[in-house]
Amino acid sequence: MSKLIFEQSRPNRTAGAQLAKAVAVTGIPAALRRTTRPLLPEVSELQVVRHYTRLSQKNFSIDTQFYPLGSCTMKYNPRVCNAVALQPGFAGRHPYAPDSSGQGLLASLFDLQQLLKEVTGMKEVSLTPAAGAQGEFAGVAMIRAYHDSRNDTARSEIIVPDAAHGTNPATAVMCGYKVKEIPTKGDGDIDIDALKAAVGPQTAGIMLTNPSTVGVFERNIKQIAKIVHDAGGLLYYDGANLNAILGKVRPGDMGFDVIHMNLHKTFSTPHGGGGPGAGPVGVSERLVPFLPIPMVTKEGDNYRWLSEQDRPQSIGRLSAFNGNIGVLIRAYVYALMLGREGMERVAEYATLNANYLAAELRRVGFELAYPERRATHEFIVTLKKEAKQFNATAMDFAKRLLDYGFHAPTTYFPLLVPECLLIEPTETESKDVLDGFVAALAMIRAEAEQNVDELKGAPYTLPSRRLDDVRAARELDLTWKGETTAS
Amino acid sequence: MPFIPHTEQDVAEMLDAIGVDSIEALFDEIPAELRVKGVLNIPDGMNEMAVARLMRERAAGDATGLNFIGAGAYEHHIPQAVWDITTRGEFYSAYTPYQAEASQGTLQVLYEYQTMIASLNGLDVSNASLYDGASALAEAVLMAVRAHRKSKSKRILMPSTVHPAYRAVVQAVVKNQGIEIVELPFCAETGATLVAELKQYEGQDITALVIPQPNFFGVLEDVDGLTDWAATNNAIAIAVVNPLSLALLKAPGQWGQSGVDIACGEGQPLGIPLTSGGPYLGFICCKQQHVRQLPGRIIGRTVDLDGKPGFALTLQAREQHIRRSKATSNICTNQGLMVTAATIFMSLMGAEGLERAAAQSISNTQLLADKLCAINGVERVFTGVNFHEVALRLPQPVDAVLAALADKGIYGGCALASYYPGLSDCITVCATETKSGADLAAYATALNEVLAA
Amino acid sequence: MSNIPDTLLYTSSHEWVEVLSDGTARVGITDHAQELLGDMVYVEVPEVGDEVKSGEECAVVESVKAASDVYSPISGVVVAVNENLAENPGLVNGDPYSDGWIMRIKIADEGELEELFDAESYQDVINEDDH
Repeated sequence: MSKLIFEQSRPNRTAGAQLAKAVAVTGIPAALRRTTRPLLPEVSELQVVRHYTRLSQKNFSIDTQFYPLGSCTMKYNPRVCNAVALQPGFAGRHPYAPDSSGQGLLASLFDLQQLLKEVTGMKEVSLTPAAGAQGEFAGVAMIRAYHDSRNDTARSEIIVPDAAHGTNPATAVMCGYKVKEIPTKGDGDIDIDALKAAVGPQTAGIMLTNPSTVGVFERNIKQIAKIVHDAGGLLYYDGANLNAILGKVRPGDMGFDVIHMNLHKTFSTPHGGGGPGAGPVGVSERLVPFLPIPMVTKEGDNYRWLSEQDRPQSIGRLSAFNGNIGVLIRAYVYALMLGREGMERVAEYATLNANYLAAELRRVGFELAYPERRATHEFIVTLKKEAKQFNATAMDFAKRLLDYGFHAPTTYFPLLVPECLLIEPTETESKDVLDGFVAALAMIRAEAEQNVDELKGAPYTLPSRRLDDVRAARELDLTWKGETTAS
Repeated sequence: MPFIPHTEQDVAEMLDAIGVDSIEALFDEIPAELRVKGVLNIPDGMNEMAVARLMRERAAGDATGLNFIGAGAYEHHIPQAVWDITTRGEFYSAYTPYQAEASQGTLQVLYEYQTMIASLNGLDVSNASLYDGASALAEAVLMAVRAHRKSKSKRILMPSTVHPAYRAVVQAVVKNQGIEIVELPFCAETGATLVAELKQYEGQDITALVIPQPNFFGVLEDVDGLTDWAATNNAIAIAVVNPLSLALLKAPGQWGQSGVDIACGEGQPLGIPLTSGGPYLGFICCKQQHVRQLPGRIIGRTVDLDGKPGFALTLQAREQHIRRSKATSNICTNQGLMVTAATIFMSLMGAEGLERAAAQSISNTQLLADKLCAINGVERVFTGVNFHEVALRLPQPVDAVLAALADKGIYGGCALASYYPGLSDCITVCATETKSGADLAAYATALNEVLAA
Repeated sequence: MSNIPDTLLYTSSHEWVEVLSDGTARVGITDHAQELLGDMVYVEVPEVGDEVKSGEECAVVESVKAASDVYSPISGVVVAVNENLAENPGLVNGDPYSDGWIMRIKIADEGELEELFDAESYQDVINEDDH
C-alpha cells in the first residue's frame, strides 16, 4: 500500500489556496462546540494531487484494461457524457431552484423518460431510483401497493429463481414479503413444473432476469407470464441484462408489469469504483399510479416535476431530492449518440462478442456451462474439470488473469454453477482484445497443468499479492488509528 | 458506429468461428412473436459535436441565478483538483473492488474516507457510503431495529424538525416492515425539539430516537439532552448531521454522557456539486458494537501473501450477494465516485479549511438575515441558535415573492408551506462562504423591490 | 473424512448435541459443516434466556464467503453461550466438538432427542449430500 494520506500530514501545513477567509464564530454555545479537531490530514495541494493520482494508478479500469465482469456491462464510458454533465448549468443547479431555472435539464429528463419507455415497451417511466437495488425496491413496493389498493392483502410471497441476483430476495424481504425459490433446469431455463407448483393465491409476483443470470434467454417467458398472471401475481423484470436485448425484444412485450434498468450498465454511465448508478423503473398501465416521485411532465412548452399532489397513490420518495440527475444526464447523452440504429447494434455486437469468445474458449479446451445454448451478451465457463484435474480453482484463474493485464470475469456467481467464470465482453471491445484474452486463459490453463502451486500464488505483478480476507474479517481494521506503517 | 470497433472483416471471421452466417442468427432462441416489429420510435444518432452543442444550449439557460437555498443541499466552493482527479479514468471507469489486488487505489481511498468520516462523527466505524442522506437515515432506522434486540416495539421517535423529504423517504422504505414512526413536535418559539415533550414516552418500549443537528430550520438542537434521554430510556440514538457543521459542532459520538449509537447524513457539502439533487453520498457511522449491523460495503485493512499491508472488502457475509433474503440491506454498491471526491475534498480542506468554510457560511447567513430583517415585515421565525441557515417570515405570499425574486436572478430560499402548514408564510435561507458582500446586498435590494412593488 | 464422535447426536442440518447430566445439552456445528464453510470469521450467538425451538434458527456462523444459519436441534431455554467465540471464532474450525461449542440449552422435551441421528446415521446423511 501507499502511505496513507494521514501519514503524510505535518502540523499546520495547509492547501492555502482553498481556505476561506477566517472569521470568528459567534453565538454558538460552548456546550455545542467541538473541542478536538477531527483526524483530517494537514497536507499541501500538490501532496493531495500526487497521492490520489498515484492511488488511481493502482486500479484496473475500463479505460486501462479489458474488464469482462459478467452481469456488470463494463463498456466504454464516453468522455463527452461526463463533460456535458459537469457544465455549470447542470452541475450548479440547486434541487429546490424553481422549475423555470431548469428547463434545459427537465427537457432532457423528459426525453430520456420517453426514450426508455420506447426501448422497454413500458407505459411510463420514473427516473428517480438511485441504483439498481433501489429500482428493485421501488418495483416490488409498487407490486405491493397495487395488491393493497385492491384489498388483495393475502399475497405474501415473491417467487425468485435460485440463480437470481442476491438483491432480488433481499428486496422482497425489505418490502415485507417471504421469498420462495424455484429451481433452474439443466438447460438454464426455469423449471415450469416447479413454477406451477409454487404459484397460488399467496403469490404477489415473480422476479426474473431475462436473459437470465446464467447467460441464456428464458425461452418460456410467455408461458411463465401466463402462469403468474393467471394466479393473480405480477412480473418483475430485473434489467441487469438489458444490454443483451436492446432493440431486439422488449420486457413490456414479454409480459412484464414492472422493470428496472441499470443505466450504469446498458447506458454506459461510469461505475465509479462502485457507484453512483441509476435505476429507473418502468411499468405497465395498471402500475402507473404507484410510480415513485418525482417524475417530469410536459405542459405546453413547459416542463415541471410531478409531486405527491399529482400522484397521491405513489409509493413515495426514495431520495431526498430527484435521484441521481448527473447520471441521468450522462445516460441521455449516450442514448442521443447511439440513436435508433446504434441502440440495436448494442445488443447485436454484445452478443456477437460473447458468442465469439465462448466459441474460442471452447475451441482451446474450456467447458461451457450451457454448451447447447446460444450465449447472450454473456456466458459461463465452468472450471470444475480444471479444479479436479489440476486443483486450480476459478479464483486461481481470476487472480492470474490480473497478471496478464485483464480484469477477471465475475467468479462464483451464479452459485449453482461450480467453479464458474461469468464473462461479459460488451460490444465496445475489439476482436484483438478478445483474442488476447483467450490466449491468456489458455496459457493459464497450461500453467495450472505444469505448476499449480505457482498459479496459486498469483497475482505477482500487482500492487498487492493475494489478500488475507479471513484476517480482514476477524481482526477488523476499518479506520486508521494513528499508527504508522511501512510503505 | 459509435463505440463499436468491429470491421466487416472482423465480423466475418467471428461469425465463422461461431459457425453461423449472420449476427441475426445469434438471436434465434428468442421466440419470434416477441421480437420487436418494425423500427423503434427513437431519433437518429448524433455525433459528438452535435450532441455537445445541443446540451451546451440546454445547460446555458439553466441555473443562471444567485442561489440562497439550502434545505439539505449546500453550495460550497469545490477545489478544481477534486473533480479533475476524481474523473481520472482509473477511478471513473472502475467497478466495485471485487478483485482487491486490482483495486488497491479505490480501496485505499475508501479506507481513508472511512477514517475521515468516522473521525468527523466521533464514532468508531463507517461504511463506504450509501445513496444519499435520506436513504442513509432510512438505513439507520432499519439498522437500529436490528441492533436493538431487546426492543420489540419497532417504534421510532422522529422529530418533525428532521428534513421533511428525509422523513418521507424513511416512511417509504420502512412502511412494509412493521416499523412505526412517531413524529415529535417542535417548539414554536425556538424552532427546536422539546426534550420535555419526550416525557410521555418514558417507560415505553422505544427502539430509537432520531436527533437532527442542525435541524431543517437551521436551528441547533439540545443534542446532549436528547441523547441522554435515549440512553436513559434504552433507545438507540441516531444522529442525522451535516458533515461540514461537524468541523465546528460537537461530534455525535460525544453527545450526552455516552454519545449516539449511529450517525448518518448527507455528504454533499464535502465537494459534491448540487446537480439538481444528485448523485450525492449518504454516510453512516456507528459504535464498534453495532458494526455487524452496518449496511453496505465496508473496507478493511489486512495483509497480503507477503505480509504487506493492503485493503479488501470485508464483512461481506452481511451483504445481499451472500446472505440473500437475510442480508442487512438490498444495497449493492456505494457511491464510490462521490466518496472519492469527498475524500480528496476533505484532504485538501483539512480541519482548518472545513472550519473556515463553516464559519464563513454562518457569518454570511447571519449577515443576510440581518439585512433581510431590516426590510419592513420580514422577521426571524425562531429564537433558537442558527447554524448556516435561518427561517424567515415574509409579509407577502411566499410563492409570489420567490417567483419574483427568481425573475430578478435570485433563488431566494425554500418555501416551508408544503411541509409545515403552520409556517405557510415562511422560508429558509442560506448564504454559504461562496457569497460575497455584494451578493448579500443584491438579495436585499431585490427583496426590497419585490415587496415594494 | 470428517470426525463424527459416537457420543453425540446430530441433525441433518449439521448441528451436534451433547446431552449433559443436568438436563441441559450443548450444541454446536459438526466438523463436516465447518469444513464446508471454511475459516470462520464470526459467530452470532443467541442471548442467555432466549427461548429456542427445535428446527428454528438460533445462531449464525459466518465465514468469509458464506453465512449459514444454525438451527436449534431441540427446544428449550438458552442457559449459556460460548463467549470465547466473540474473540476467537476460529474455535469452531479448530475444535468444533469441544471449545467450539455454541450454546447450552435447558432441554424442554426429552422426546425430541429421539428424533436426532446417531453418529452412524449422520455419516449416511453426509454421504447422501456428497452424492
